[in-house]
Amino acid sequence: MYNKVSEEQEKYIRKIKRRKKNITITQILILVVWLFLWEVAAKLGWIDTFLTSSPSEVWKLFIEYTKNGNLFYHVGISVTETIIGFLIGTILGVLVAIMLWWSDFIAKVLDPYLVVLNSLPKTALAPIIIIWVGAGYSGIIVTAITVSIVVTIMNVYSGFRNVDEDKIKLLETFGATKFQVLKKVVLPSSFPTIISTLKVNIGLSWVGVIVGEFLVSKAGIGYLIVYGGQVFKLDLVMMSVFILAIISAVMYQLIAFVEKKLTKWQQ
Amino acid sequence: MERKSIVEIKDISMTYHTLDGETEAIKDINLNIDKGEIVSLVGPSGCGKSTLLSIIAGLIEPSKGKVLIKGKEVKGPTKEIGYMFQRDHLFEWRTIIENVLIGLEIQGKVNEENYKYAEKLLDIYGLSDFKEKFPRQLSGGMRQRAALIRTLVVKPDLLLLDEPFSALDYQTRLAIADEIGIILKKEEKTALMVTHDIAEAISMADRVVVLSKRPATIKDIIPINLSCPGEVRTPMKCREAPEFRHYFNQIWKELDIHV
Repeated sequence: MYNKVSEEQEKYIRKIKRRKKNITITQILILVVWLFLWEVAAKLGWIDTFLTSSPSEVWKLFIEYTKNGNLFYHVGISVTETIIGFLIGTILGVLVAIMLWWSDFIAKVLDPYLVVLNSLPKTALAPIIIIWVGAGYSGIIVTAITVSIVVTIMNVYSGFRNVDEDKIKLLETFGATKFQVLKKVVLPSSFPTIISTLKVNIGLSWVGVIVGEFLVSKAGIGYLIVYGGQVFKLDLVMMSVFILAIISAVMYQLIAFVEKKLTKWQQ
Repeated sequence: MERKSIVEIKDISMTYHTLDGETEAIKDINLNIDKGEIVSLVGPSGCGKSTLLSIIAGLIEPSKGKVLIKGKEVKGPTKEIGYMFQRDHLFEWRTIIENVLIGLEIQGKVNEENYKYAEKLLDIYGLSDFKEKFPRQLSGGMRQRAALIRTLVVKPDLLLLDEPFSALDYQTRLAIADEIGIILKKEEKTALMVTHDIAEAISMADRVVVLSKRPATIKDIIPINLSCPGEVRTPMKCREAPEFRHYFNQIWKELDIHV
């Protein structure tokens, strides 16, 4: 049925829309003004471009790297490493969390170790891993896994434990096996926790990959940053950081999109 | 006709052990429930009513005694028993029909016939339009009805109701208790219901079992005979019966509640 909207309601909606528009405009403006000031300051010699580079320089370099294909090579490597590290870290983490849920004994035994590992900055392990696994892609991927896996285990396991006892009891009254309890209630009701862990993990995997590339220094965005820093090519460093920011934001949004698709029942 | 006991509870005792010591929760409970009978269990809060239900359902093992369902001893959850909780515990990520089918799914009995039966129950009890909806789209009363259907679909011989209405607001509670009372009678279900609402116990049950304080023992079993107005006995109408007040006072006295 069509309802005629009252004038007051229209006014209200207009107000909300205007506010939303203002927020977006301000957000874009901040970026534009900042880039503009940076560029002007560089052109007029207020700042030393040797140390700060400038947007136009960064852009020129971006075009150059795009044309000669170097950009795609390095970005491709880093993205691949991140995705592999992210997937393995997440899947292994969830599997370990399932194991802890399955056996209370194992969970209790491993508890202090997990606490220590969780508070330890995992990047401190990177040099050891690179020496053990090798100074190549595999070393970098393992570093990425190490960074994300412990958080995954902790978060997902605590999600499993927060599942309503009565929901489990309900399935048990139907005669459910432990595996059925896991499949029908524990996993689906921890789904929101798992997804939010994924969102954290994508960032953590990038941390692992970039640190790994810093150390291995062969290829990838981390390599570009370190190399740029060593030869004082700040436009290269800036460009790499920009690209890194954009790609990781896109990956985060992808997960948020998947989350929205998969949790229709919540909306 | 000879009345057949579907449930025999024999000398059930339960003691909980913790590091601080042991607590006797239930002591020497004996009770038989006949087919088609609705029995209410009332008692002071914390007296072990829910423990008793869990024992009957085979979820916990009693320290002493045994429970027989149709002459078979209960050793772990069986499909003869349907359990209904305080809250509906519908799974938010499943549609109503998927929620209703969960028991059959667990028991590997989703087939054409059972699916039709589930649909029929949803239809009879006014939920067929909500089949494909998610639980959050339903009202509290409808959700509880869906929860009852989920229990009925597996065709249990005995329903255990653990304060099934206490999470609902008062008006909904009266309405849904009435409905579920009618459903239970219509489907000729045997039920054991824990409640702390004396009026609810009297209006729905054929017998009211009064438990004592912890350790819980059976203090009294009161057969309820209400001359309900109208042809069909419904819990709501039974509240108008002249004997109602008498039963209420009797049970209240036996509960012996001091605050």
